[in-house]
Amino acid sequence: MSEDSRDYEHPLPELEGLTREFYDFCKQGTLHFQRCSSCRTWRHVPREMCAECGSWDWAWVASTGRGRIFSWTVVARALHPAFQDDTPYAPVIVEMDEGVRLLTQVTDVAPEALEIDMPVEVAFEAVTPEITLPRFRRAAS
Amino acid sequence: MTEPACIVGIGETDYVRKPGSGMSALGIQLLAASRAIDDAGLTGKQIDGIMPFPNLGNAEAFAANLGCENLRFASIIHMGGAAPVASLRDAAAAVNSGAANYVLIPGGWNGYSGARVRQTVSQDVSSLPGGAIARDYYLPYGFTAPPQWYSVMARRHMHEFGTKPEQLGCIAVAMRRHAQLNPNAVMRGRAMTLEDYLASPMLADPYRFFDCCIETDGAAAVVVTSAERARDLGKHPVTIMAGAAGQPYPADEMTNRKDIFRTGLSLAAPEAFRKAGIEPSDVDFAQIYDCFTFEVLQQLEEIGFCERGEGGPFVEGGRIELGGELPVNTHGGLLSEAHVLGINHIVESVRQLRGDAGERQVRDAEIGVVTGWGDFGDGSIAILRR
Repeated sequence: MSEDSRDYEHPLPELEGLTREFYDFCKQGTLHFQRCSSCRTWRHVPREMCAECGSWDWAWVASTGRGRIFSWTVVARALHPAFQDDTPYAPVIVEMDEGVRLLTQVTDVAPEALEIDMPVEVAFEAVTPEITLPRFRRAAS
Repeated sequence: MTEPACIVGIGETDYVRKPGSGMSALGIQLLAASRAIDDAGLTGKQIDGIMPFPNLGNAEAFAANLGCENLRFASIIHMGGAAPVASLRDAAAAVNSGAANYVLIPGGWNGYSGARVRQTVSQDVSSLPGGAIARDYYLPYGFTAPPQWYSVMARRHMHEFGTKPEQLGCIAVAMRRHAQLNPNAVMRGRAMTLEDYLASPMLADPYRFFDCCIETDGAAAVVVTSAERARDLGKHPVTIMAGAAGQPYPADEMTNRKDIFRTGLSLAAPEAFRKAGIEPSDVDFAQIYDCFTFEVLQQLEEIGFCERGEGGPFVEGGRIELGGELPVNTHGGLLSEAHVLGINHIVESVRQLRGDAGERQVRDAEIGVVTGWGDFGDGSIAILRR
């Protein structure tokens, strides 16, 4: 289905602060997560400081973009008007190689074919001129 | 050990769907509050503490309508559906510290005829502490509402422990059976079998329609005071043996928890039982916040009624039904009585401990547990005694 991105009517993130930085990397076609410069712990969603060691020093570090499916739900009846025409669709939690998890969708696997631990890799989708969302597709194991 | 406090008043409105309550969102709560104050043998002037439900009212408006001209204690706990039971703990502390003499805990809404429960967060991200995270990282992917959020936990439980849809169904069926004995239950007169449950359409797989609480108009309220004042009122006080609340980690984002089954109740329950000096095996009934079936199973495990992973077999065979080892949600719960934010669970607990539960009375009920669940897994628990 082709869709003019200017007509994209699904909810979008608000590009403020660290969330803008996260999505700006996505727009450039790379998935980055924060990593503590002191104890090396990865984190997502973006946070101001490291909850593990208390350090304020961190950097955006490129992810491998690869992970495995941790869990998902299949929405058979949308509970938000923007997703009425999308059902059935599956919000999926992916656990990245780095250990962080993110909520996303897997674009090339039907909801009934999803499996826990299925390997996936990031596949970006520019949904508006401003915003690119990280989605995923099936990867070789 | 802190001195226990007591619940001395309970009040409810009718619980309805079509055509709706016909009252304002504040009015319906005031009706339940008036009934609770009256049940306690008090007047509005004597209420000097109010703990409204988060985002559904402010103490000032309650006080101005109820005539609480001596309001000294006003506090709101931002834990969604875990707030009312957490408020029991804080109301007990307030009356025992002297911050207030009589604390009103009201709550209610037009959850059917007004803004639907399901729309809460997508309409107003400030309605929960993780709302901005949901807006920026969940909603773009259609992860927009509680049944979707929690169903990923249910799926994980099925994967790790072999929990079956039929076991979730046992919970839905038990609540529905109990509702048949409750004149105020919205689902009274609408029996449901396990076959009916399994045939209900998927909403957010693995959640079917019948895994989900109902959306209703209604309100409920309770009044808390000190044990000493409760004795003076000459009513049938129910003692708050212990109350506790807790949060999962992180509480504002639910996908990055090392242990996704460690919720707020995992912290709160051991604290409550330690303070009360009893064991889960001493409990006669449990009113468990049942926004969805799996949350009941999960809370039964974290309270310690069974081991983690054993919740599925635990809820089978009528164990959680009236007449079983641990009757759960004897009023029908959010699943089959009404979604009144879990305040109806407190009201039902008091009714059971007063011996006023009619056809659904748990025989010789002496100790009951009531829980709350809210936002992305906040939890609260109170242990109550006759």
